[in-house]
Amino acid sequence: MTVAKRYRYLWKPLAFIAALTPALLMLAGGFGIAGRRLGTDPVEDLLLTCGKTALNLLCLTLAVTPVARSAHQPQLLRLRRMLGLFAFFYVLLHFAVYLVLDRGLDVAMIVKDITKRPYITIGFVALVLLIPLAATSTQRMMRRLGRRWQTLHRLIYPISILAAWHFYWQVKRDVTEPLIYAAIIATLLGWRVWHRQRRKPPAPVTSTYGSATAPERT
Amino acid sequence: MIRNLLKQQALPAPSELTSEVAYFDRRRLLTSTMALMLTGKAGTATAAAATLPALEAARNARFSAAEPLTSYEDITTYNNFYEFGTDKADPQRRAHALRTRPWSVAISGEVETPGVFTLEDILKPHPLEERVYRLRCVERWSMVIPWVGFPLADFLKRFRPTSKAKYVAFTTLRDPKQMPGQRAGWLEWPYVEGLRMDEAMHPLTFLVVGLYGRVLPNQNGAPLRLVVPWKYGFKGIKSIVAIRFTERQPPTSWNSAAPDEYGFYANVNPAVEHPRWSQASERRIGAGLFEATRPTLPFNGYAAEVASLYRGMNLRRWF
Repeated sequence: MTVAKRYRYLWKPLAFIAALTPALLMLAGGFGIAGRRLGTDPVEDLLLTCGKTALNLLCLTLAVTPVARSAHQPQLLRLRRMLGLFAFFYVLLHFAVYLVLDRGLDVAMIVKDITKRPYITIGFVALVLLIPLAATSTQRMMRRLGRRWQTLHRLIYPISILAAWHFYWQVKRDVTEPLIYAAIIATLLGWRVWHRQRRKPPAPVTSTYGSATAPERT
Repeated sequence: MIRNLLKQQALPAPSELTSEVAYFDRRRLLTSTMALMLTGKAGTATAAAATLPALEAARNARFSAAEPLTSYEDITTYNNFYEFGTDKADPQRRAHALRTRPWSVAISGEVETPGVFTLEDILKPHPLEERVYRLRCVERWSMVIPWVGFPLADFLKRFRPTSKAKYVAFTTLRDPKQMPGQRAGWLEWPYVEGLRMDEAMHPLTFLVVGLYGRVLPNQNGAPLRLVVPWKYGFKGIKSIVAIRFTERQPPTSWNSAAPDEYGFYANVNPAVEHPRWSQASERRIGAGLFEATRPTLPFNGYAAEVASLYRGMNLRRWF
């Protein structure tokens, strides 16, 4: 099997199933399938699971480039878009659980939350910033936007910082877990700074995609 | 080990369950045992409850909410008791290390008869009663819990507080060997709480020794805890070892940790938001995914009984 085929028929489907698993487990928990149940506070459980899965996928998305470079496995970049889109999917689920199950679609309360509660405001900003990234994730949009695509998709850096901050800010006291996410994101972003400085002046970026002209983010 | 621990527990009148308080009837026990065999985990808390001694306590209807009770399983597996860890499952996993016998409480400060009293001394004069109270956590979840205990006022009066006694300060046990969560510094240990004298003497304020007709499980604050149903749950200090009557307002743990977020009064109030989240609604544990969220009531629904305590006070300032 060629590398391209192995990714298309093996690694991508496997990653797809892995990324979908938390959603399937939540679904099973919600309906009591296969003896699974949600936590004692099920709404909190769903909010946390969606939020943390989104953060995990965001970290994985950010890890693709450093790992691909360091391990000389440029094909890994083929998984990046899917991971990023799954992160967006879980962010949307997180938001939907908040809107419907936690706030009962109480519009006044939701507007107040978003405008007055800093941790909700930054979470909401991160969600909004993800929308253009998801919308321009297709090969066609990559081609159409050219170099601007790369500039636009650098938004993922502030988004990841906002996401970790959003988690940190809502915790009551024990901030261990948010700090672990913050450290991971800081490392992944730090690698980019280090990498950029190391290769000054910037060398021309060659695409690792077979056919597409996808510019590479660093 | 747990069995031995319980044998030591000579709480008053451990007797067979009366039919009125037959929470853990044969069918429920059978069901939970079967669930235990099938899944290996569901219903363990309920099964464990059967090993705790029963308490003789009639329900006080006047002070009981007519709402569906939160399950014993949920009440005993979802706890904020940082002395055993910050995860809500930690207390149930680790609180077995707490030795609740022998236990004594030191009474001091502005009283005529200070001293150190054993748990037996403390409990002896008080008939136990059951009260179904709503519990509203500052984290926006709530439960309905059948506590067993006696009014704090009856207990405090025994020590004849002097006219200088304006506040009552409570202290939890500090022993990192028994309470491994105290090795982490998320809060200053020991945990301390306090009430104004009129709050402490209010008939709703309850000193608790039991849950669901049985001795209080360790993770819920055994052997002696406070329950103040119109205040956020963190005011309900657990595993009390000292009570001090003071002239000045005593420090309280969460207020010391984050003064802008948690006040001394901590009355449940939907109109006064936590700086980071709204307190206007809450999620009732056990109510199901789509029915969980409900509006929070002023003073947690006890406004008729307690609002007069705070007449003329700006509750935004004294949150």
